[in-house]
Amino acid sequence: MAGEKMVSLTIEGRPVSVAEGTTILEAAKTAGILIPHYCYHPGLPIAGVCRMCLVEVEKAPKLAPSCATTVAEGQVVHVYSEKSLDARKGVLEMLLINHPLDCPICDQSGECELQDYTYQEGREDSRYREPKRFNPAEDFGGDVIYVPNRCILCTRCVRFMEDVAHEPTLNVSERGDRALIGKFEGKDLTHPWAANVVDLCPVGALLSKDFLNKARAWELDRTPSICPNCTQGCNVIMETRENQIVRMRPRANENVNAFFMCDWGRLNYRWMNEKNRIEHPMVRRDGTLSTTTWEAAISGAASVLNGKKVFVVASPMLSNESLFLLSELMQGGSGVFRVAEGEEAPLAGVEDLALRRERAANVYGAEKLGFQRTTDLLSGLGRDDVLLIAGEDLVGVDASAVSRASDVIVISSVLADAANRASVVLPIANFSEEEGTVTNLRGRVQRFTQARQAPGDTRPSWLVLGDLLGAMGKQTSFFLPSEVFARLASVNKSFAGLNYDTLGFKGLPLVDAPPTSPKSQIAVGAA
Amino acid sequence: MTAELVGGLEPPDYASHDRAAREQYDPVFTGDVKRELDELLTRYPTKMAALLPALWIVQRVRGWVSDQGMAEVAGQLDLTPAYVKGVVTFYTMYHQHPVGKYFIQVCTTSPCGICGAEDVVKAFLRHTNTGELGITSPEGRFTVIEVECLGACGFATPVMINEEFIESVTPDKVPDLLARLT
Amino acid sequence: MGFPHQSHSRETTVLSKYFGDADARTLAGWKKRGGYKALEKALDMQPADIVNVVKESGLRGRGGAGFPTGLKWSFMKPGDGKPHYLCCNADESEPGTFKDRELMRWTPHALVEGCAIAAYAIGAETAYIYIRGEFTEPLYWMEKAVKEAYDARIIGKNAMGSGKRIDVYVHKGAGAYICGEETALMESLEGRRGNPRIKPPFPAVSGVFGMPTTINNVETLIAAAPILLNGADWYKKMSLSNPKSTGTKLYSVCGNIQRPGTYEVVMGFPFKEFLYDLCGGPLHGRKFKAVIPGGASVPIQNMEEAEATLMDYEGFVAQGSMLGSGGVIVIDDAQPMVTVIARIARFFAHESCAQCTQCREGTAWTTKILERIRDGEGTMEDLDTLLDIAEQMTGKTICVLSDSCAVPVVSGIKKFRGEFEALIQGRRFHPVTAAVA
Repeated sequence: MAGEKMVSLTIEGRPVSVAEGTTILEAAKTAGILIPHYCYHPGLPIAGVCRMCLVEVEKAPKLAPSCATTVAEGQVVHVYSEKSLDARKGVLEMLLINHPLDCPICDQSGECELQDYTYQEGREDSRYREPKRFNPAEDFGGDVIYVPNRCILCTRCVRFMEDVAHEPTLNVSERGDRALIGKFEGKDLTHPWAANVVDLCPVGALLSKDFLNKARAWELDRTPSICPNCTQGCNVIMETRENQIVRMRPRANENVNAFFMCDWGRLNYRWMNEKNRIEHPMVRRDGTLSTTTWEAAISGAASVLNGKKVFVVASPMLSNESLFLLSELMQGGSGVFRVAEGEEAPLAGVEDLALRRERAANVYGAEKLGFQRTTDLLSGLGRDDVLLIAGEDLVGVDASAVSRASDVIVISSVLADAANRASVVLPIANFSEEEGTVTNLRGRVQRFTQARQAPGDTRPSWLVLGDLLGAMGKQTSFFLPSEVFARLASVNKSFAGLNYDTLGFKGLPLVDAPPTSPKSQIAVGAA
Repeated sequence: MTAELVGGLEPPDYASHDRAAREQYDPVFTGDVKRELDELLTRYPTKMAALLPALWIVQRVRGWVSDQGMAEVAGQLDLTPAYVKGVVTFYTMYHQHPVGKYFIQVCTTSPCGICGAEDVVKAFLRHTNTGELGITSPEGRFTVIEVECLGACGFATPVMINEEFIESVTPDKVPDLLARLT
Repeated sequence: MGFPHQSHSRETTVLSKYFGDADARTLAGWKKRGGYKALEKALDMQPADIVNVVKESGLRGRGGAGFPTGLKWSFMKPGDGKPHYLCCNADESEPGTFKDRELMRWTPHALVEGCAIAAYAIGAETAYIYIRGEFTEPLYWMEKAVKEAYDARIIGKNAMGSGKRIDVYVHKGAGAYICGEETALMESLEGRRGNPRIKPPFPAVSGVFGMPTTINNVETLIAAAPILLNGADWYKKMSLSNPKSTGTKLYSVCGNIQRPGTYEVVMGFPFKEFLYDLCGGPLHGRKFKAVIPGGASVPIQNMEEAEATLMDYEGFVAQGSMLGSGGVIVIDDAQPMVTVIARIARFFAHESCAQCTQCREGTAWTTKILERIRDGEGTMEDLDTLLDIAEQMTGKTICVLSDSCAVPVVSGIKKFRGEFEALIQGRRFHPVTAAVA
């Protein structure tokens, strides 16, 4: 940043220049060197206790913990010198002496930093001949199980609860080699963000009950996405096994969610695996819906819509791309949406990060694209309008109002009872099965990508809507969601200048979004 | 300031151990004890700093620091019970379980070890009928533990019986020492 | 003064003069013996001048590290707008050390006075005396002395009418050796687990409650008063060997020796004469085998080293050890060294705060191996493993507890390897069976 004093040093022979006050560990990252570490985490205050990140600094009398040592002008740092490697080998051996070495039955296996660094730098054997310490596993409440025998006492979990969640529910109990992570009887890890401790745990000591024994880490496919469960837009990795989402974990984004995501968002992924789906396009023949080809369905829908005023009831889970295309086919009509609400649950230690009241991914995108938010979905439906239901299940909606519509078209993954008058049904992919962008509550546009294969003949919503507009003669077809987005950016001033390449996987704010400050340093500030 | 001892030489009410473990919890910090804590709070710029003294008060009044005691201290000092428990388990002098009416700590660290402290421990175990370290004798009178360096190495073997510090204990003195205790 | 024995003529009793003198414990008795004159004098001086006198005297920290006291005080920058704190480290827990216990239970007012002088010198209005919880008697006398001093307005809002506020509080520890480490003590004082902090920041920048703090040992603070009264030169002259070590030093002597107790001698005193003359030599029919001269964390000396030592900071280093806290543990030929060392290792394993990996795991692992060797189940490879673990435990952790555990292991194997090997090879250690007087 401008005005910051820069410090130049050499790490493993590579010249590095970083801002004054940067730690050696972070400076090394800029040179492409990851110094092995356990207790250090960029989202937590520095503890400096695991002693894994020891490096040799020329002219220093002792090895330096690189997480807790700030850079100095002219420093020469050796990460892989004999002395540093020997020290880290020593730490690894010590961490393993009481460890049960039960990788074959450990959930963390394959994504365990103890395993990784031991393979990378550890001893081949152990010299430990004594009995191992044993403590029973404990249910910490919430989604968390603690297996103390695997714990390396890095205290990331304790620091998260204390310094980030501001609710010290976990402690280090006892001392010496008897020490373990503890909690108070009757006070469980019920904090709405507590499950982050499982991600933070570098080893298999804190496990997710939800994920327990579900999959081996190497069987998972990982897809960058956005949590669809509220308007915060936490960046996530959707992890799938055999086409089922089995876990969602946060993906770091200093402008949105730092390193974290809430428990509710994290665990609320099963709806995306839901089997009860419309798998084929359908048209009404002789009073009943029957399966047809996409060509027939699209042209059927186009003929219903042509020349009509269209009233769109959309889901705020739909992407900017799909909502934009929907707005293009209203033909003088209008669009509405509703939002499920819940209680807001902030993460105290990170500015402007919360599980939001509004429990859908694209509420702000929908508003930006001209949809009206309402609690009474069908009140604006005009007599003889065509009712276009897009992604909305209409649960709780009075079906009698539907009768005002001249016709009903459903573009959805599930067929709502209230929509059983539909003359055309176009099955679309759900959030996890297609690609697109959503706009979070601070106006940040973020990409999500396809994590699962959609069932049957289902197609992505943007493709279906593009084809429909094409059949109505309003638009040529699109081949990629990025093309839809480019079209959106060319006509909507808020999106001007944005494209998939510049959005990358961390997103960008809308042109008219208020400025926000990065969150990455918030929790670290105290250290 | 009031110079009343935090801990000090007055014996705690050890007789209440068994009761305390079972009975409904009555708060410690009421009346004079609450005032004592309030005075302690004036000594430090943070409430948390009064944690060790507050736990000492609980132990003085109740003979040990129960989970409920920890929770009460947490409430008094705006801490969480889990935090308090982490601190309690760090320090060896807070009893997390009821102990005998006479809590006997025998120093066995090296300087005393080479002067025969092991034999002193054995004498205590035999004469108190506890037989085993950390076990409370059947009538609830004695608990004997080994303790790390009591800081009176020139007076091997130092022994603490409750708050009383006894120097130069040898195995043959143990029966008399125990006989003094009512 | 050789307490609990008669003072030896070759001692120089400055701090220990009144050990055993019950009258010196009271305010009236203490004043009769010249008490609080130094404080009175200090309050008439500029703080910087006090710091200079202490600097000039050559007084070094008596807790173990030997850092120059005046220099430490000078790190406290006046007028920084922050509250300053003085912490008195009375968490005396280093095995073999019990000098501060005697100082506090016989001359509690000397410590109140020392705290008040130091607090004034470093611009602190508050001093905390952190006393280990097991010290019930020192706690009692210190509480009493503090109360007396408050009642006599020697300390408090307007200390001795100087217009300066000097509050002194006694804070009781609760059983943790590591709280004798200065940053762990501050953590503990703040109501936390006694986990040592990463330095920097150093206490003078960010100490207790995040404020500039000076932390001194009991003996160091008590030494400040006679230095102020008698002058830096008087103190500096008490040096028989190296001019960098000045004044008198208290030694707590324990273990297998005729007259265990607390002795005060001038820096540079010959250790051989100290052990055989002042302390009376070995028990009847036995011989000294080894000495740990500065508390359990310093290297073990064999007798050749010990007898060649001049007792000051440099003298002990020159003979393979350290002055440390002045806790002299004498080990005779009836003691199996492996048992002694295993017990020291067990102590450190018990006291490790559990933060750093090498310490948490290494102290316990070391203990298990040593106890296995002690029990005749060792192998020759165990010795290599022990030395290698010790290397891993040295210079790699936040504080030196881990190093302290490694030190007796390394020095013990180096100097008494034969005893380890004999046990490993199935030869039992045969202690001498001579009668003990």
